[in-house]
Order: sequence, then structure tokens, then C-alpha cells
Amino acid sequence: MRTQLEKIKSEVKEALNKVKSLEEVNELKVKYLGKKGELTQVLRGMGQLVPEERPIIGQLANEIRDELNKVLDEQVKKIKKIEQEQKLNLETIDVTLPGKQFLKGTKHPLSLVIEEAKQIFMGLGFQIAEGPEIETDYYNFEALNLPKDHPARDMQDTFYITSDVVLRTHTSPVQVRSMESLTPEVPVKIICPGKVYRKDDDATHSPMFHQIEGLVIDMGIRMSDLKGVLLAFVQQMFGPDRKIRFRPSYFPFTEPSAEVDVSCGICKGDGCKACSYTGWLEILGSGMVHPNVLKYGGYDPTKVKGFAFGMGVERIAMLKYNINDMRLFFENDIRFLRQF
Amino acid sequence: MRVSFKWLKEYVDIDISPEELAEKLTNTGVAVENVEYLNKGIENVVIGEVLEAVKHPNAEKLSLCQVTTDGKNRFQVVCGAPNVRAGQKVPFALVGAVLPGNVKIKKAKLRGTESQGMICSALELGINEDSLNPEQKEGILVLDDSATLGTSIIDYLGLDDCVLEFDLTPNRSDCLSVINIAREVAAILGKEVKLPYVRFKEIDKTTEKVAQVEIKDPDLCHRYVAKVVEGVEIKPSPQWLQHKLRCAGMRPINNVVDITNYVLMEMGQPLHAFDYDFLREGKIIVRKAHKNEKIITLDGNERNLTDEMLLITDPEKAVAIAGVMGGLNSEVTEKTTTVLIESAYFNPVNVRRTSTALGLRSEASIRFEKGINIETVVDAVNRAAQLLQDLAGGRVLKGVVDNYPNPIKRTIVELELNKVNDILGTNIKHDRIKEILKSLNFIVREEKENAITVEVPPYRTDVSIPEDLIEEVARIDGYNNIPTTLPFSATSKGQKTLEQKLRDKIMDIMTARGLSEVINFSFINKTNFDKLLFSEEDERRNAISVINPLSEEQGYMRTTLLPGLLDTLRRNIYRRNENLGIFELGKVYLPKGFPEKSTLPEEKWTLGIAVRGTLVSHWQNKGTVVDFYYLKGIIEDLLIQLKLNSIEFKPCKDNPSYHPGRTAYIYVEDELLGILGELHPQVADNYGLPQRNYVAELDVEVLLKLGHGPFMLKQLPKYPAVNRDLAIVVKDEIPASDLLKVISEVGGKLLVDIEVFDLYKGNQIPQGYKSIAFSLIFQAEDRTLTDKEINDIHEKIHKALADKFKASLRA
Repeated sequence: MRTQLEKIKSEVKEALNKVKSLEEVNELKVKYLGKKGELTQVLRGMGQLVPEERPIIGQLANEIRDELNKVLDEQVKKIKKIEQEQKLNLETIDVTLPGKQFLKGTKHPLSLVIEEAKQIFMGLGFQIAEGPEIETDYYNFEALNLPKDHPARDMQDTFYITSDVVLRTHTSPVQVRSMESLTPEVPVKIICPGKVYRKDDDATHSPMFHQIEGLVIDMGIRMSDLKGVLLAFVQQMFGPDRKIRFRPSYFPFTEPSAEVDVSCGICKGDGCKACSYTGWLEILGSGMVHPNVLKYGGYDPTKVKGFAFGMGVERIAMLKYNINDMRLFFENDIRFLRQF
Repeated sequence: MRVSFKWLKEYVDIDISPEELAEKLTNTGVAVENVEYLNKGIENVVIGEVLEAVKHPNAEKLSLCQVTTDGKNRFQVVCGAPNVRAGQKVPFALVGAVLPGNVKIKKAKLRGTESQGMICSALELGINEDSLNPEQKEGILVLDDSATLGTSIIDYLGLDDCVLEFDLTPNRSDCLSVINIAREVAAILGKEVKLPYVRFKEIDKTTEKVAQVEIKDPDLCHRYVAKVVEGVEIKPSPQWLQHKLRCAGMRPINNVVDITNYVLMEMGQPLHAFDYDFLREGKIIVRKAHKNEKIITLDGNERNLTDEMLLITDPEKAVAIAGVMGGLNSEVTEKTTTVLIESAYFNPVNVRRTSTALGLRSEASIRFEKGINIETVVDAVNRAAQLLQDLAGGRVLKGVVDNYPNPIKRTIVELELNKVNDILGTNIKHDRIKEILKSLNFIVREEKENAITVEVPPYRTDVSIPEDLIEEVARIDGYNNIPTTLPFSATSKGQKTLEQKLRDKIMDIMTARGLSEVINFSFINKTNFDKLLFSEEDERRNAISVINPLSEEQGYMRTTLLPGLLDTLRRNIYRRNENLGIFELGKVYLPKGFPEKSTLPEEKWTLGIAVRGTLVSHWQNKGTVVDFYYLKGIIEDLLIQLKLNSIEFKPCKDNPSYHPGRTAYIYVEDELLGILGELHPQVADNYGLPQRNYVAELDVEVLLKLGHGPFMLKQLPKYPAVNRDLAIVVKDEIPASDLLKVISEVGGKLLVDIEVFDLYKGNQIPQGYKSIAFSLIFQAEDRTLTDKEINDIHEKIHKALADKFKASLRA
């Protein structure tokens, strides 16, 4: 009987080596360990054994059964693993093919710049103001210290709607409108982004373009504050390593007035083609609010001071995104727009 | 303003390079745009004399010349210029010479004849074309007989010089004068200005005896000075003077005219020289023009005048338009012997109006309209007299006629010294402030402890208030010395308005739905209204027009966003971008009673959308072909995200630009929000667009008005939902919205959601009918619904649909 058992054991182990599928393992299990299996058959003959041998053979039989169960289970695992590997292998795809396309909507680069500027200035405590694009001569010129027949009106070629109404040539009229609505409150801190219009059309000028106007009025405002606010803006908009430079200039509605340059981002100020070898790029006009403009806005220039600035959004977008032609903004080529 | 660097150096000692000077001037507010070197690469071009010039034996238009540069050696030269003659002094490029553009002169054979060099034209020498007369543009440059043979043309023409090209701001019109620029340079460099020494002899005869000046409108002519010079000989000006004018971009004409231009450039005082013999009785009357009066100006054009314009006249005729241009009838010609020089101050606004009205801007008018130095009017006429004596052999009559009825006082400004630092945020010492102002020729008249009273130099017409003086101090001290600080202000609210936030949100939703934002011009061509098939009565035809547009294309302010959107589609399609989803969030401009009844028109924020083609195509699927429902889905999503209630889409058949069967009005709480649909095929044709295009226009103000603010969370359901499908067959013309309405009403509170999940028309069902399938979701907040409850409702819904729409169940 012992030899029978040992034989079963070796038969199973041998058979296992040839087994390839789960079914075959099962067959083996049934054949040897099942109710009618060979091992069971052998154990049925236990009764014929002498009583002293019974426990010994019984233990041996159990041991062999356990061992066979174990190797059979191991074989099952092994086969399952192989089968899974084969399955995974068959499921292989070309991971280099492109992924699903999702329709990507984009904001216009000018909107992106305007939004970024809004966020920067809101962080500095500015409110966002707005005003009409079709504007009276009074707000566009007169209240900005530009009376009729003032030669500086030539600085801005104007589109007229009537003799007294124009397409605003700058966002500056919002200065006076804001002052009128806020006086005598201080501080006034607003920026106004929007469309403006001038009679100009070439690679660097568009008859319609965008500006962002800024105005701060309070007691004790100084030109150095203007410099500080603009530096904060420039470093957030263009990068913390940028510098600014003030140059004297002239705007009828500010005195003193300054043109503001930002250091060139391409050559870091050393001079290159982009900055005409000066190291600087002109980005905005600014100055201390002219006393007459404060008066027009309803503020007392002996009590409060202010500064104002105006920047071209297209100019900033061109510098920021390396756009070389003004016309790209308004052609709205989808291949241009989808890059932003 | 263009100024010869050498000329500038005559008035102030400049010990730095032109580039360094340019940078300093720019940094202190008188911007130099460019430094232009006049010698653009000339080498070995000398003064030669043409000894012989005969017709070339083998060429009709060529001359065969003999040129000498020392009176001995002869060079044979073939010349193509029509004006070459024996005896002329000419610029001669020797073999081996270099001309601008790196043109090298070599020995050459022209039509079989050897040519040993080249006689040059002014253009070949790189001389500014504006400063040449027509003959000089076409032929060789003929030099003065006095030119010295063999010497360099560079010296003769003064080409070892450069021109500073200024880009002046309108307030600094004083720098339209070389002397005033020199004053600026002196202040920057800490030097003194050397003014020209004006000295001449006068004959006994007085100007007063031969000339009279009457000013009829002293408001328009504040001062008029006349001086007479006899016996002038009209001839070309000397080279040094011509050179300075050429640098300025002016064309030398003759000595008298050149002298007036020279003084204009030097002192900023426009002068005019009249031929005295054409002035009746030597009498100048300054008066306004009569209605319809005419004058032929120096440029040969007849000018129609209005009674607002100021004229210089004699007792019988107009001889000049004051401050703008002289008349042809009293022009200085070769025959002129006696000249009356006018030096005046005309009202800036009047000159500006006249020159604008006539479309005639001159070197004189651009100076007068900004205000000149009224105090140096006499100095200028004397300077001209000196030059007429020196360069034209003139005899200067004694004295001047100076009609100056109401002398103008100098501007006085009081400056609190602390204010300088208060405004600039600087720490400039009081002494430094005074020093800067003095260097700019401001005179400190009175000094108190903390305030000074300053007299403004008469040429600085731009300075009148303390802030102007503060700018003077700041710019000379250096803007770079202003520190960088942040305001000490109280904390303020950095925020957007609700409307601004709504527009931001609309943009976010549109881009999240895959649309790209476009920005189109606000102006349109009026022909768009025809292309959009607007009826004659359509209110949108009533667009605001621009009086002076750049072109007809930009003649009107848009009343609809469609033209811009459709043009953008077309432009993209032409560039092979055929699958497009775009939107614009911008204003339309509606008169609403403007200009008669309101000061300004209405500017209305509008959302426009246009989609077409196949979007999101991928190798796994062919992509979504855009149709009405694609666009509708975008709009529904927008409205849901903006938390709008009671949204209704109603078929629209009456908008001429849209497909009558594929267009809907959008209502929110019974208010018209906008329209969406397929673009009318005819409109698509009119814009050159292939079919099919879907567009929408939404009124942003309505969105703002009806958009509900912060929303509250709906609690998540605790009990399971049950899904039942319902497929019915109804007549095709019954709109889905009617069916949904009935289902929703009958379904009541327990029917929490309805979705249309299938639509079928075809062989399986009768013609004129459609099968529509709904997925109904039932759910209660407080319990699990029983089958019976759901079956009852389902049955009711079915019955209602059957009653109302004769709907039958579809198996």
C-alpha cells in the first residue's frame, strides 16, 4: 500500500510537468484526489491493513494528499499567471498613437493680457472701471486739458461721429468719469481696460486697439509711487528680473509726464534687434495728474495728488508672446488663436 | 526737426559724441530719434573741372568729357547726364573711388570709349533727395565756380557732419530752433550758449520812411515788424548755408529765401521776404480776408479764403496768408532788388485753424501755431538784415517798423520748494532746484525761505504752473534719480463689478466648450446689412456713421456682431481652416435717439457665436459634424452654468439672416435673450461661406439681469432612483418641447429628470410621424418608490400624451 501511495505521488508529480491548462490540472485532481480518484481508492483498502499499520499509512496518505493538493494549486497559479501574461500580451496597443482630441477653446491673447493686468492691479487694490467707446469731445479731450485747437490734439488722429462726439482715442476719458463719480472719496484706485480708436493703419498701428488706463488719487501721492506701482506691474507681467526706466515726455493731462521703458527680455538689457540695440522697450506713458484734470474731476489739486498711466495692450501682448505684426490680432486666424 | 551737429556746435561747446549727446537729450525730454551721418561711404571724390564735353561718337545720349582735377592732368570720362557742360566744376569720382552703397569706381569702356572715372550727381553722393531741385535730381551736381580743384567733395559739401533728427513733443516747440536746442544742450552739459553776434551797417534812409504797418486785428496779430533792405543781388547762397538747410531737409532756392529759412531754423522765428516793389505804397495791412477772397500762394495753388483767416495785404491786394504761406504776386524773384522782411507774431489758434482748413502746413505755420518767442521778433529781422548785407550785398535801411500794440508780459510762476520733493518723492536740495532752473534760463526774481518766484524765459511758452517747473527740475536732475516707492494709501477694494464677473464667466464657459475667442473691428461696411438680408425697415440698418473713416469698409459702427464673425469664418476658410468654433464678446452700438435725443449712443454687450464643419475628429472616429443641436448644446450649457431658470427655445421664422426652419429664439423667464440657428444659405453665399454655418447672438444684459446669484446646494438623494423608458409615436410636427412639458407636468415632483434618448423617422413607422423615446427618472426624497407608484405615474403620462397628441406607444 505504501508503494501504491508513493507511486501515485510520483505519477502525479510527473504528470504535472506535462500539464498545460487549468482543465488538465483539474483532470489530474479528479483522477487522483477526487471521490473516485486513485488515492481515495487506495485509502478504501485501509481496512485490510493490520491495525498497527493503519495510523502510519493513514498519516502517510494524508501527507501525500496534502502535498499533491499543494503542488496542484501551485500549478494552477502558475498556469493562471502564464495565461494572464499571454492575454496581456495579446492586448498590447500602440501607445504612440495620438490620444483623444478634446476641443480646446482659447481666449484671445489681448483678453489674456487684460485679464492678467486686472489680476495684478486688483492685487494692488485697484477696481476695474469702464467707460463708453463713443465719447464726447469733452471727456476725450477738454476735461483732459486738451481744449479745442490745442496742437497736441494732433498727437492722436481722431475718428469723429459728430463735431462733438468721437471714438475715444485713449482710455483716459475714464479718468475724469471715474473721478466725477467718486469725488470726494479717496483713495481712487482704478484701471480701465478697453477699446480705443485712432486713424492709423499699418504693421504697427491698427485703427482699433486696446489700452489699459490707470489712475490713483490720494493725499500725498508722489511720482516715486507711480514708479513703484509700475515696477510691481512690470515684474509680475514680464518677470521678476525686469527693470523699468522713466524718460521725460509730454501728455497734456499729466505734469510731470514720463514715458516708461521696460528692460528687454531677449537680451536682458545688453541690446539686440528686438530693442533696436537700446536694451529698452517702450511700453507705456504716465505722469502725475495735471491739476486742471483733477479740477475737472471734482478734486482739489491743493489737497490731493494723483498719478495716471496708459498702456497699449497690443504692445504688451506683442512683447510677451513675441508677436511681430499688429494685424494678427484682428485677423483671427484660428491657427493663431489656438496657440494661446 | 533735423539739425546739423556742426551747426549746433557753433552755439555751444559740445565735447561728447553725437550719440552720447543724443542719449542725454532723449533722457532729459528732447528726444533724438536718429543720428544720421552724411558721408555714407564716399572716398576719393574730388572737385574737378569739365574742360570739354562733346557728343559721344557712338551714343546719342552720352557725352565724352575731359575732366581735370589739377588743371594739368586730363581724364577722359563718359557721362550720361543731360546737363554736363564744359567749364563746370563738378564732383569727380576718380578710378578707385567709393560711392555710398559701396559702389567702387573702376576703369570702364562705354560704347567703345574708355572712361576714367565718373562725374557724380547729388543722389549718387547720398544727399537727401528733399533738399534737391528737379535739375539736381536728374543731372550731375554743378558746383560753384569758386570751388577749389582737387579738394575733397566731402569738405566742399560739408559731408563730414551728421544730422540729429529730433522727435519733439508738442510742448517743446521752442526746440524748433537751433539756438533753443543749444540752450537745452548747455543746461545738460553745464556750458554757456554763444549767441551769434549780429552786426551790420545801416544807411541813412529809414525803414519807417518807406514802409508802414497797420494791424486791423490786434487779437490775431500781436506784433508785426518790417525791415527793408535795398540793392540785394539774388544769387545762390554760399555752400555753408546751403549745407545747413539741406541738413534740415530744406531745399536751397536763392540767397534771400535761404536767409529767411536760415533765421527760421536758427531762431525759430518764421520770416517772410516780400519783393518790396510789388507792395503798393510800401504799406502792409494785416486784416481778415473778405468772404470768398482768393490768393495764389507761393506753391502756385489758388486758395479760397474765409473771413476767419488772417491776411497780409497792401492797400489793393492780399500778399500772404498770415503765418502760413506767402503769395505768388510779391514773391522774391531773380529781378528783385529791394525786399521787405516780415517778422511777426500771429495768434497760434488762428494760424492752426487756417492751416488746417486749407490743408496747408508750412515750416512757418507749425511754429506759429505752437507759439513763438514774441520778444525776439526784432532780433530775427536784424539777423536777416545782417545776412542780406553779407551774402546778398544789400543796403540795410535804418531801424524797423515795429507794430506791437499790446506788449505781452513774461510769465511769473511761484514755486514752493518743498512741493518739488512732495510731488516727485525725491530729496533734491533747494539750492539744486534753483541751480537747475537757472541753467534753463529761468530767472529767480524773488526768494523766500521756502518759495521762489520765477520768471519764465519767453521762448518757453509751455511753462506756466509750478508743476511745469517741477518737471523741469526732475528731468534735468534725472528721472532715474526718482526712487521707487509704493503709495501710503488706505487699503482699498480691488474688485470687479458683477457685470465684469459675468462676462469673465461667459468667456470661461465658451472656451470650456471648445470655442476660441475672436476680436473683430467695431466698424463695418454698410453693405453688410444687404448681405445679411436685413429688410429696409430693419432697425439694425440705423448704424452710427464715422464722419472720417479710413475707408468705406470702416464707415459704420456695428449694430450686430454677425459681419465680423462671418468675415472671420471666411478668412479662415480661405486659409484652409474649415472647421471652426468661435465666439466674440463685444459691444454693438445702437443710436437709441442719438444724436438728437441723447448725448451718446447705447453700447450694448453682446455674445456672438459661430460654429461650422467637423470638430474633434480623431483616428478613432470621424468627429462631430456641427449642426443646430451642437450649437444649442453650447448655449444650454451656458444657461445652466449661469443658473438661469425657465429657459425656452421657440421656433423662429422671421429673422432674415437665419434659416427659417432651423432657428430658435431663446427666452429666459419670458424675456428674449437671443437667437440661434443655421445661417441662411443665401447669407452664407453672400459672405462666400460654404454650407452649413451655425450662429447665435445673445444679449449679455439680459443674462446679467436674469442670472441668479449664488446658488444653494440641492441635497444628494438618499433613496434610489428608478429609470423607465417611454417610446411613443406622434405626428412629426409636434415639437419635442410640447411633449416634454406634458410629461413634466404629469410626472410631478417624483419625476426628477427626463432625457430624450432616441428619435426615429423612417420605414418602421408611418410617414409624417416620428418615434421619440424618453428616459424618465423617478425618485422621492423620503422613500424608495414602489413599482406600483411608478407604474401609475408612467401610465398617467402615457395617457396624457395619447389624449393631447394622439401619441401611441411604440413597442
